[in-house]
Amino acid sequence: MAVMTYRDALNAAMREEMLRDPDVFLMGEEVAEYEGAYKVSRGLLKEFGPKRVVDTPIAELGFSGIGVGAAMTGLRPIVEFMTWNFALLAIDQVVNSAAKLRYMSGGQIGCPIVFRGPGGSALQLGAQHSQSFESWYAHIPGLKVVMPATPADAKGLLKSAIRDDNPIVFIEGEMLYNTKGEVPEDDYLTPIGKADRKREGRDVTIICHSKTVGISLKAAEQLAKDGVEADVIDLRTIRPLDTEAILESVGRTNRVVVAEEGWSFAGVGAQVVDLIQREAFDLLDAPVLRVTGADVPMPYNKHLEKAAKVDPAKVVAAARRVLYLD
Amino acid sequence: MTASPAVRAPSPVTPETIAAHREYLRQMLLIRHFEEKAGEAYSLGKIGGFCHLYIGQEAVAVGTISALRPDDYVISAYREHGQALARGMTSRAVMAELYGKAAGCSGGKGGSMHLFDASLNFMGGHGIVGSQIPLGAGFAFAAKYRGTDAVSLCYFGEAAANIGAFHETMNIAQLWKLPAIFVIENNGYGMGTALHRSAAGAALVDRAAAYGMASMVVDGQDVLAVRAAMDVAVARARQDSLPTLMEIRTYRYVGHSMSDAAHGTYRTKDEVESYRKRDPIEVLAERMRAGEYLDDAQYQQLEADVLAEVADAETFAEEAPDPEPGELFTDVYVERD
Repeated sequence: MAVMTYRDALNAAMREEMLRDPDVFLMGEEVAEYEGAYKVSRGLLKEFGPKRVVDTPIAELGFSGIGVGAAMTGLRPIVEFMTWNFALLAIDQVVNSAAKLRYMSGGQIGCPIVFRGPGGSALQLGAQHSQSFESWYAHIPGLKVVMPATPADAKGLLKSAIRDDNPIVFIEGEMLYNTKGEVPEDDYLTPIGKADRKREGRDVTIICHSKTVGISLKAAEQLAKDGVEADVIDLRTIRPLDTEAILESVGRTNRVVVAEEGWSFAGVGAQVVDLIQREAFDLLDAPVLRVTGADVPMPYNKHLEKAAKVDPAKVVAAARRVLYLD
Repeated sequence: MTASPAVRAPSPVTPETIAAHREYLRQMLLIRHFEEKAGEAYSLGKIGGFCHLYIGQEAVAVGTISALRPDDYVISAYREHGQALARGMTSRAVMAELYGKAAGCSGGKGGSMHLFDASLNFMGGHGIVGSQIPLGAGFAFAAKYRGTDAVSLCYFGEAAANIGAFHETMNIAQLWKLPAIFVIENNGYGMGTALHRSAAGAALVDRAAAYGMASMVVDGQDVLAVRAAMDVAVARARQDSLPTLMEIRTYRYVGHSMSDAAHGTYRTKDEVESYRKRDPIEVLAERMRAGEYLDDAQYQQLEADVLAEVADAETFAEEAPDPEPGELFTDVYVERD
């Protein structure tokens, strides 16, 4: 096992897949000469040249559509959005083209493309640069939505995404790029659609993804000091949702908290709660609680921003409530 | 910038040109009668949803697509029945799709606005104005990436030249020297909004100049002029890997879709009638008659043949089965074995 950053794990995934398959290429703003706004594509231009590492103008709708068109012919583009905030300019191509082509064409035309880039809250970037859109994309049949929380998962899931024949929305944690973790050295793939238990516990299930995984693990440590053992389930993939892993954990703990960075209304957690109340109603010992970002545009002021974000203390408080400790 | 090619002096009539012109005439007649039948079937409730007919614009599809090779790509918007037929999709496959039947080109899941045939590189009918423009550039990107000399033909209406996707794609296509032909099919109206009420500037084609892209204005009622211009654009794409913006001026005789009248609110009956006097089918037929390689009997035979083909397509579509109920959930995702 090598220790590497989340950023370098993503870089390694792209590099390995580009070496393996000449149909894989990377396009986006600043991906080539600048080596990525977040340096995720460092070294790729030098290794693969400008044909396969393509700088684009700031024209999200245009270049994402060109990527979709290339994918319709069987190439396997990786389209980098500098952040998912800017991908809103391209959402027509993601939703109306990529997600629907196979269906509209009666199965004739596929779209093996990965749209990737950072999402989630950042640090004092204000309302337009600090938000979560996974529930938007997860709403769309035809898309898969993948959100790794660790370097190992980032690499294994991105490699799986690049090899997948469906359009993938791959949302990286903007605040996770510098985090480090052990990454296997062999050529491994992490399956899309499988959650991962990041911590085992018998008392309460905490369901989370992306940045809230680290937050939930910290919360679990605090809970452990009071003798509460949390089962931390990292969804890793929002769509398809690993319903089996969720229900298995609920069956052991009977108490659930769902944590996500996004807004509460129609969020990912709402879908998880729907599943649990339908499939595990009799197993619950308490209503499921959700911990989400505050229902406001992200403020700039750091105290207000902190109040708006999910943190370990909020997860601990919710866990204690479902355990009726408070 | 290239100048608009003048309508050329008639080429010497060879057996090849006679055969080509007969084929253009046959295709235009087929599209005309197919669309009339589709309109009729729509009025009878056999075809649902939106239905945008191509009547009046036939020379655009036939003149452009006839210049392509099988490995080239074609993509269009939602008024694409004529282009699908010109590309070689069968009347049966297209009509069955309009009827929503399993034998339709998209398995009955696409409908009028989403005709696809991967075997012909016919990459769809797309329903969001302008969304197909970057996709068309993407095919050109892919051809260049793979090192082939295939080209991409991308159609859109004149109203789509006002949308951001158009400008973003023009910029990138020229910047990256993509082998694409962008055809503005200018029929004068975006739904009911006349061009002069939606577009600033003298001519849409002038927008190519902003990106340093070659451009042409073409008479869309003359299939031979369309073909001649398209040959220039295809050569530029195939040999020099450069894009072209073509503004092909045409007119639709019918409403925007089946839900509005041909005239009355946003245009007059006189205007429609005046355009009908330069009908693309008649323009070609007249030329062929003048060259003495089309007589009335031949014309009537061509028309009888396409009418029979359309009638057969209608019967086929009528009798074809609906998709199986289980088809509802197929083709959303694909998983490898």
